[in-house]
Amino acid sequence: MELKKNSQTFQDFNSTILKPSNEEQIQQIIRYCYKNNLPIEIVGTGSKKEIGKNLQCKKILDMSNISGIMDYKPDELYITVKPSTPINSIQEELKKNNQYLAFEPVNFEKIFGKDSKEGTIAGALSCNFSGSRRFKVGSARDHILGFKGYNGKGEKIKSGGTVQKNVTGYDLSKLIVGSFGTLVVLTEITLKVLPLESDTKTIVISGLPLEDSLETMGSALNSSNDPSGAVFYPENFRNSFIFNDLAYPGSITGIRLEGTFGSIDRRIKNFYNQWSLNEKKTTILDKTQSIIFWEDTRSLKVFSNTDKSLLRAVVPPSETTNLISRLRLFHANYFFDWGGALVWLELDYLSSEKIDQIRKRVVDVGGYLTVIKSKQNLKDSTEVFTVDPIEFRISQNIKKSFDPKRIFNPGRMYRGI
Amino acid sequence: MPKIDNKVIQNRDQIIKDLGKFISKENILSHQDEIKPYETDGLTAYKQKPLIVILPETTKEVSKVLSYCNKNKIKVVPRGAGTGLSGGALPSADCVLLSLGKFNKILEIDFKNRCVVAQTGVTNLAITQAVQDNNFYYAPDPSSQIACSIGGNVAENSGGIHSLKYGTTTNNILGLKVVLMDGTITKIGGKVFDSPGYDLLGLMTGSEGLLCVITEVTAKILRKPDTIKAALLGFPTIEDSGNCVGEIIAEGIIPAGMEIMDKALIQATEKFSKAGYPLDAEAMMIVELDGTDLDVTELLKKIAEIGKKNNCTTVKISNSEEERLKFWSGRKAAFPACATLAPDYFCMDGTIPRGKLAEVLREITRLSKEYNLPVANAFHAGDGNLHPLILYDANDQQSLEKAEKFGADILKYCVKVGGVLTGEHGVGIEKRELMCEMFNQNDIQQQLNIKIALDPSSLLNPGKVYPILRKCAEQGRIHVHGAKEKFSDIPRF
Repeated sequence: MELKKNSQTFQDFNSTILKPSNEEQIQQIIRYCYKNNLPIEIVGTGSKKEIGKNLQCKKILDMSNISGIMDYKPDELYITVKPSTPINSIQEELKKNNQYLAFEPVNFEKIFGKDSKEGTIAGALSCNFSGSRRFKVGSARDHILGFKGYNGKGEKIKSGGTVQKNVTGYDLSKLIVGSFGTLVVLTEITLKVLPLESDTKTIVISGLPLEDSLETMGSALNSSNDPSGAVFYPENFRNSFIFNDLAYPGSITGIRLEGTFGSIDRRIKNFYNQWSLNEKKTTILDKTQSIIFWEDTRSLKVFSNTDKSLLRAVVPPSETTNLISRLRLFHANYFFDWGGALVWLELDYLSSEKIDQIRKRVVDVGGYLTVIKSKQNLKDSTEVFTVDPIEFRISQNIKKSFDPKRIFNPGRMYRGI
Repeated sequence: MPKIDNKVIQNRDQIIKDLGKFISKENILSHQDEIKPYETDGLTAYKQKPLIVILPETTKEVSKVLSYCNKNKIKVVPRGAGTGLSGGALPSADCVLLSLGKFNKILEIDFKNRCVVAQTGVTNLAITQAVQDNNFYYAPDPSSQIACSIGGNVAENSGGIHSLKYGTTTNNILGLKVVLMDGTITKIGGKVFDSPGYDLLGLMTGSEGLLCVITEVTAKILRKPDTIKAALLGFPTIEDSGNCVGEIIAEGIIPAGMEIMDKALIQATEKFSKAGYPLDAEAMMIVELDGTDLDVTELLKKIAEIGKKNNCTTVKISNSEEERLKFWSGRKAAFPACATLAPDYFCMDGTIPRGKLAEVLREITRLSKEYNLPVANAFHAGDGNLHPLILYDANDQQSLEKAEKFGADILKYCVKVGGVLTGEHGVGIEKRELMCEMFNQNDIQQQLNIKIALDPSSLLNPGKVYPILRKCAEQGRIHVHGAKEKFSDIPRF
């Protein structure tokens, strides 16, 4: 594809891949596709391209040129970036001021084996799959302050702003997060940033059976010790974690503490007393090991290069044990994050019927299921996301209000949206 | 307000009769004396009695009322506790006012999943009270928390003094049961984090009663921190206090609460609550920290140092829970204290970048002189949410008009420096005309498209939030700049 030099006008509409280099061109492309009823697949670096239903769009809108930090005000706790800015480079920039994006977006690099590395900020927002700190700081949707972008008619729209507290008009920013690029092509995103925690340690209790681990995590979350991560890996994943200080065999229950050095030690002491940790196989991972442990969790290391299918279930934590026992017949590998509220499942043989059965069990306990990767490429024959008919109807109306001709990622979430 | 539908008013008796088929008679209020309490909300400058008031008791009843009104093109204004400050629950003469006061039960307390399921009319404070014996609490704490309803909090996305660290309502709820204008009942979310499709929870929260009627809320509860302490700092200038806030944040400290009051308010609240505020200070800051004892003590020391560096003249640190509450007692009484200064006040609600505090306060002082109306300022300094209280006399028509213009000028200035019109009170009718200061016609049209998608006849809480002709909402658009609308003789919806 060629761009005419020194021109703002987009030239090559005949290409399959349309790669704008500025905002004006984005608008021209969307207007062109709107006028000609051309569905577009919106991509950044493609790190999460495989999540969602398969798309067969006539055009691909490659947004990878629209990248860069536009405005960063550490004192005001916000950063404004272009959509295809890599998450890594945002975190690097923030680190210079001892700040970070606290929501730890899931890194699928090890799952889809892409060179795209961790992907772009718009990709992370489109999926809203947030990491282990979820129960403490919220997910991506809780950290977006505002956006600018184009709707399906090519009209420039904005919502929110750069300030922390804002109720002016509907909160469209939240609606955009998790919409898998079906509502708006983003051009600017403003995010809340937070001060980096000065220190971190992780308590690892080895060998706890599932029920005991869930109880321990529940009691950690219900305590005033303010944990920022609670994860359980069954024994079969033990060898994925090699740390100098971790000597015990068996399952891993990891509880993360962050804050000042003294306060972490105080809280660890509290846990020792509350749970009689002296009598259990307990290891304390220091800052370096702790950071690696949670990075491994965030990047789903235990499922690295998996050729199996991957499902993500979110449930009320009180129901996790119940769910796992109801899923036993499916022989899945699993681990829990969010103190038991997030269950990652890896399955070998999957069929549409099996997904339906698993989804029914998840929905029965008040949760929802998302198919992240399906080995047998079942995404056309089964639902990737969970939605009830009324929510579907509302979502369809919302889609229409943004993208009346359904040109943005049509069918990526559900048929008809 | 929207054009009155005289046909609906003429049909009043028939409507009462029809609604009586599924709402018990004692829950339909139609006598002028009965409906008078519903003529206004916390924005008392505007008053209008509704056609009738309905007090449903179940979600099914809400659904039937909405479905009936939808079919018969009758406007519906939902109302929680009526404490809103932007006129979001102001009725129109031809509307059915749906008061959710009878939805007053806590349905479930679930410590395992750290949430409370409450009916929409349960007060904000009642949620904390229901779980505080187990050392839990519900984080958002608007100053009206003793009276305001959780459903109203969701509709307005209410905040409070702890929002910088703990977020506003939208960050603290997990699920809703709602009824759409066509009578559809649906659950959104549940006891789980996030949603598998569009974030409808995020959309409905803060939608000011325009998209749905909320009947149940699943609120997230948090474990109470071990230690909570507050510091009181007095400053010789507003600039100093503003700089201090900036440096605290730059130091990487996120306090649980950080409030600033100006001299006028320090004096008024001190007289009212005897909290021990520094009367000689031009600005006063209350900083609250929570967490482990060690963290709180260490960070308070740091904050005192930052304060001194920024010329603070007084530093007091609470030594007991009583003292901490005493520090807050004045701030929490800021609004009633203003009632001792003037017969009426307008409480504005812009949010600004923290760094612009001194500049915005200077502009407010200038405007105060220009309009010849006194003003007192309270400020959620942590998140940049400013509450100038404009003092006026509602019985004096000129004073009311001046106060409204003064308020509008403040909000315009907030937007000019990169802020927004409202941080936590909502747009309602109060700031409706100012929406075009912040949004252009595309932005507003997109929001209206969502409204039309969920409520095609624009019957649910019409006339609020958006300054657009209803006709235009459906067929086209019109730009309204500032408060000067182009066709002021055409009724608006």
